[in-house]
Amino acid sequence: MTEPLLQVLGLSKSFGGLAAVDNVSLEVSAGALHAVIGPNGAGKTTLINLLSGDLPASAGSILYRGVEIAHLTPEKRSRLGVGRSYQKVNIFPGFSAFENCRLAAQSREPRPFNWLRDATKYDAIMENARRALSAVGLAHRADAFASILSHGEQRQLEIAMSLATDPTLLLLDEPLAGMGTEESLQMIELIGGLAETHAILMVEHDMDAVFRLARVLTVMVNGKTLASGAPEAIRANREVQSAYLGNADGIE
Amino acid sequence: MFYLIQLLNGVQYGLLLFLLASGLTLIFGIMGVINLAHGSFYMVGAYLAYWLAGITGSFWLALPLGVGTALAVGVLLEVTLFSRLYKRDHLYQVLLTFGLILIFEELRSILFGDDVHGVAVPALLSYSVRLTDTLSYPVYRLFITFVCLLLAAALYLVIQKTRLGMMIRAGSSNREMAASLGVNIPLLFALVFAFGTALAAFAGMIAAPTSSVFPGMGNQILIICFVVVVIGGIGSINGAMIASLAIGLADTLGKVLAPEFSAMAVYFLMAIILLWRPQGLVNKT
Amino acid sequence: MLLLGALLLAAFPLIGSTFYIQLGAKIMIMAIFAMSLDLLVGHTGLVSLGHAAYFGLAAYVLALITPKYEAASLWLTLPVAIVAAAAAALVIGFLVVRTGGVYFIMVTLAFAQMLYSLFHDTKLGGGSDGIYINIRPELTVGSIKPLDLEDPVQFYYLVLMFMLGVYAFLNKLRCAPFGRALAGIRANENRMRSIGYPVFGYKLGAFVLAGALAGLAGYLAACQFGFVNPEILAWHQSGTVLMMVILGGMGRFHGAIIGAFAYILLQELLSASAMFGAYAKHWQLAMGSLIVLIVLVLPRGLADLLEYGAVVYERQRMRAAG
Repeated sequence: MTEPLLQVLGLSKSFGGLAAVDNVSLEVSAGALHAVIGPNGAGKTTLINLLSGDLPASAGSILYRGVEIAHLTPEKRSRLGVGRSYQKVNIFPGFSAFENCRLAAQSREPRPFNWLRDATKYDAIMENARRALSAVGLAHRADAFASILSHGEQRQLEIAMSLATDPTLLLLDEPLAGMGTEESLQMIELIGGLAETHAILMVEHDMDAVFRLARVLTVMVNGKTLASGAPEAIRANREVQSAYLGNADGIE
Repeated sequence: MFYLIQLLNGVQYGLLLFLLASGLTLIFGIMGVINLAHGSFYMVGAYLAYWLAGITGSFWLALPLGVGTALAVGVLLEVTLFSRLYKRDHLYQVLLTFGLILIFEELRSILFGDDVHGVAVPALLSYSVRLTDTLSYPVYRLFITFVCLLLAAALYLVIQKTRLGMMIRAGSSNREMAASLGVNIPLLFALVFAFGTALAAFAGMIAAPTSSVFPGMGNQILIICFVVVVIGGIGSINGAMIASLAIGLADTLGKVLAPEFSAMAVYFLMAIILLWRPQGLVNKT
Repeated sequence: MLLLGALLLAAFPLIGSTFYIQLGAKIMIMAIFAMSLDLLVGHTGLVSLGHAAYFGLAAYVLALITPKYEAASLWLTLPVAIVAAAAAALVIGFLVVRTGGVYFIMVTLAFAQMLYSLFHDTKLGGGSDGIYINIRPELTVGSIKPLDLEDPVQFYYLVLMFMLGVYAFLNKLRCAPFGRALAGIRANENRMRSIGYPVFGYKLGAFVLAGALAGLAGYLAACQFGFVNPEILAWHQSGTVLMMVILGGMGRFHGAIIGAFAYILLQELLSASAMFGAYAKHWQLAMGSLIVLIVLVLPRGLADLLEYGAVVYERQRMRAAG
């Protein structure tokens, strides 16, 4: 791995006088999952929003494959290969699980304004959708309405949708939120597999998952990076322990 | 001097618009309801002025009676119809209030016919102020301006400085939170709605002597109010004031400079603002 | 069931009187108008309260380019009218699509009102008096006239053809990638952005297409009526067509057709002086009350009611059979 896929330099976001994200810098490379942890309100979700384009930055730069993307809209970033999953499940509840993925895959269709040919006749898109759904283990639920899927399945669908857009960078915002033990383990395995081929930035509270998956760890407190480095080093860091790990709840 | 008169006219029209638009924008901002029938209340006010002044013989008596009636009607409508709309999609709000417009128009037609009516300017104010040797300005219009300013100031004070105003502002930004803090939301909404409609009716009443009373008057002015709310921002009283004055002046000047296109001037203004500051017109979230 | 409806419509002129044939054509024209709005409102979730702008603009275009005492060519005037409507939709759409929610409703209304003022206050279209189209456009191929539009029956069939064509087209669109994307935008616009869709472009596309189809309806309406005045662009017209869409049930386009039929037939019924005497001219009171009632009680429109009725019928049939 020569250059990191994602380079964040001095990224900041202020709301009025409040700095939600303050001068954050980090790097993400493929094959080395980068986890961001920190207490609630540390600015982690804001960081993801800044990276995905859902929020415009106040200052700083975001380099994706060496190209500045901080001024790009979410849809442009997505087309460049940035995929994202949401902390609060953000799917299309009225459509089937398959349709959710198919829509995501369709976004890559180069001729968007086809008005007459049935959408299911586009083999490439259908195949991408099937693959994404299988990758997360939801192939057997393809026809179920997304709204009736279990919470864990919906989170899996979230990831499947991002996968269907064929991303190189994945921004995962608390992918294990609200999951039971069984589902968590499945998700950890899934993410672990993806981490080998994709660049992943993951925000999480589940310490078990974090220490199992992350090769790089960044701790955020009050919008600033407190520490950043290899997991063992972070775990041993006194400041981090007092600020976060000592008080953190692991998820049973 | 001629332009002074146009300026005064523009300001007067703008302030009248403000009375209507402030009610509309409050109802939008606080209850999230789009009310197409808001203009109908303006019409109701005008016809009430015509009718009550006719039977009591006094414009001054007609005013409080009319406002009282409008308040009662407003409360009734809120409790029976509008309270069911708060949780509904905007689409259904549009449809229902469109139906209401039809009902109001036909009731008006049945009760008062389709002719244009006039309301006499009250004797007390029916003279003109001399501005120059040849030009004079009707005092009644100054009266309208004065009353509107008074009401605007009162509105501003209530919203910014009183507990009621605080509850209104709280209710508009976060309904559930306000409710859990003890604000009686249904009562608050009923109050705001009734007040908004009473304002609209009042505007219709005091405007009646100058603009006469005719079918469709409510809907004409409603669309202009929409433009005011779009430019000024939903829920913003200050925005409504600025936009109302801007539109009042634009419309009046337009009538003078290019009478054929004066009606369109307002929409052009809106188009320019949409081009220039589209983000300012997107919902606060 | 749809096939049955289409067959009934096709057979109707054989039994109906001229008045009803013309009424039928009028309803079908409104159905096309309603379907075009359904694309925006029901399918994409964009509530436009100013759709009459494109309907009326196309009508005015025909009226303005038709020579006074000659027939214009349908081949020439129809595309011009549709393109004009689409162009207006493009310009207006560019300005309004960037807004959302309640703002969108208001600005679409405002722009339609702007066009209304244009035609009402200026001498462009004869002002509030309107313009007459003395002779309907003619449809000629070479030197033969396959269809004489002055004949109500032939006009009826032309309109029927267009209506079925638009219906088929829109339903194909619904299942095609573009239509699926629009449905996604309605369901969760935010998510569509984050998976890479240029949402603005799609919405604008839908807006222009809807405008073009409304233009088709407006052209036909002008053909039939032979007279165009500013009321064709009035907010009342926009409100009425919106009502048809909601009344009939949104999103599947046959609801729009049902809504058009229901509304106009209801209007005819309520304003029939034979039945209601002096109150007939106040039919809007009954109509308005009905609308209020329907919104409160039957939120998903008549199509739902019909489907419910069909389901009940099916169940009874199955019970009787086995």
